[in-house]
Amino acid sequence: MADLHKFANPNRFVRIARAVLPWSNIVTALLLISGLYLALFNSPADYQHGQSVRIMYVHVPSAWMSMSIYSFLFVASLVALIWRHPLAHLAARAAAPIGAGFTLVTLVTGSLWGKPGWGTWWVWDARLTSVLVLFFLYLGHIALTHAHDNPERGAKAAAILAIVGFVNVPIIKYSVDWWNTLHQGASVIRADGPSIDGSMLTPLLLMSLAFTTYFVSVLLIRIQSEINARKIQALQLSQAAG
Amino acid sequence: MTNQTTRNGTFAPMLALLGRDLRLSLASGGDSAMVVVFFVLAAILFPFGVGPESAVLTRIGSGVIWVTALLAVLLSVERLFLADYEDGSLELLALTPLPMEFLVLAKVAAHWLTTGLPLLVATPILGLLYHLPPAAFGPMILALMLGTPTLSLVGAIGSALTLGSRRGGVLLSLLVLPLYVPVLIFGTAVVDAAISGSGETAKTPIMILAALLLASLALAPWATAAAVRQALE
Repeated sequence: MADLHKFANPNRFVRIARAVLPWSNIVTALLLISGLYLALFNSPADYQHGQSVRIMYVHVPSAWMSMSIYSFLFVASLVALIWRHPLAHLAARAAAPIGAGFTLVTLVTGSLWGKPGWGTWWVWDARLTSVLVLFFLYLGHIALTHAHDNPERGAKAAAILAIVGFVNVPIIKYSVDWWNTLHQGASVIRADGPSIDGSMLTPLLLMSLAFTTYFVSVLLIRIQSEINARKIQALQLSQAAG
Repeated sequence: MTNQTTRNGTFAPMLALLGRDLRLSLASGGDSAMVVVFFVLAAILFPFGVGPESAVLTRIGSGVIWVTALLAVLLSVERLFLADYEDGSLELLALTPLPMEFLVLAKVAAHWLTTGLPLLVATPILGLLYHLPPAAFGPMILALMLGTPTLSLVGAIGSALTLGSRRGGVLLSLLVLPLYVPVLIFGTAVVDAAISGSGETAKTPIMILAALLLASLALAPWATAAAVRQALE
């Protein structure tokens, strides 16, 4: 726990974030450029989907991000509620809109891919429906964070909601799985190794790494701006009092 | 003997709180009647929208009844803690030695008795209006009996989280409706199975509804109690 509380000091966090940020920006740019080049120009078209398979290189990494950011939100909320870690609330508050953004990208790209692939923009399929519900869980979290005049109360309420939502996500997932399904099964993370060809797997992994480092960059910027906003608020309050 | 007294130490205050909430609900008069009227009225609107063909109504009946029941619970659950929060009695209740989790359970039980139970009573009427086959009535009531307490328990979390927030009602639906999806899916699955197949096929979703009820009975009071505590801080 002592390690965790080293980062509780906002000033120390800002120092570390300033040191990390340029590197994560550079890595994001390099990964994104190489991943996009391989994905758009240097990978084969699919025998079934044709050129539209290239949507996958954005769609699949965003879907992964939408789920891993929700897990991040859950862990940050647990840390915030159990150890009352001051930065964990800020991290959760900063991460939720990014997660909602990735979830929206997943839905939109999936819809664009569904039109040539399945002949329709939307189907009430298990995966689509559970991602849609995940999107609404993110929106509820964001709305609850901003619904209270006292930001601290909003943060605590949102943390409880994030934990409740995390318990519910597998239940929702399995209930809609049971309900209806059309989306293809997993093809990268499987017990017998990936069933997807290496020429497609490399750009896919590059893109998902790029999205992860992009998340780190944006998260660091957002937490810093949250800290600055708190400082400005404290200054204004002390001026008003003085 | 000592076991007996400690048990009384938890249950007597819970029963007292349950009785208080029931009396308050009866004294204010018609709160639960309004919920039932909303339930029936909202369900009656659908035939005007989709047309009166019997086959269509039978097909959508279970879904409409479940969705309107869910909305009726959502409408009423907003008031679960609000009145006590506004007049300050929630703070007095929090000062009693009764743990907040049990307090929440008593309030949820009172909520279910004043909204969920009347909905169950009104359901057969809607079943008749939607031309549901007689064989589907039993499973439908059983599914609602298992599903509506889950709706109350999960709704209580949202109700406690939105205490003192700026936009209560709309926010509550945004928080709670996504969490209601599993109950809706398995609740309608029970009726669809009872209409199309034998009673055996309806057994699986009924068991899952019961599992959802047990899980939310064990977990939801913790989350609700935590939310009430942070609202009172």
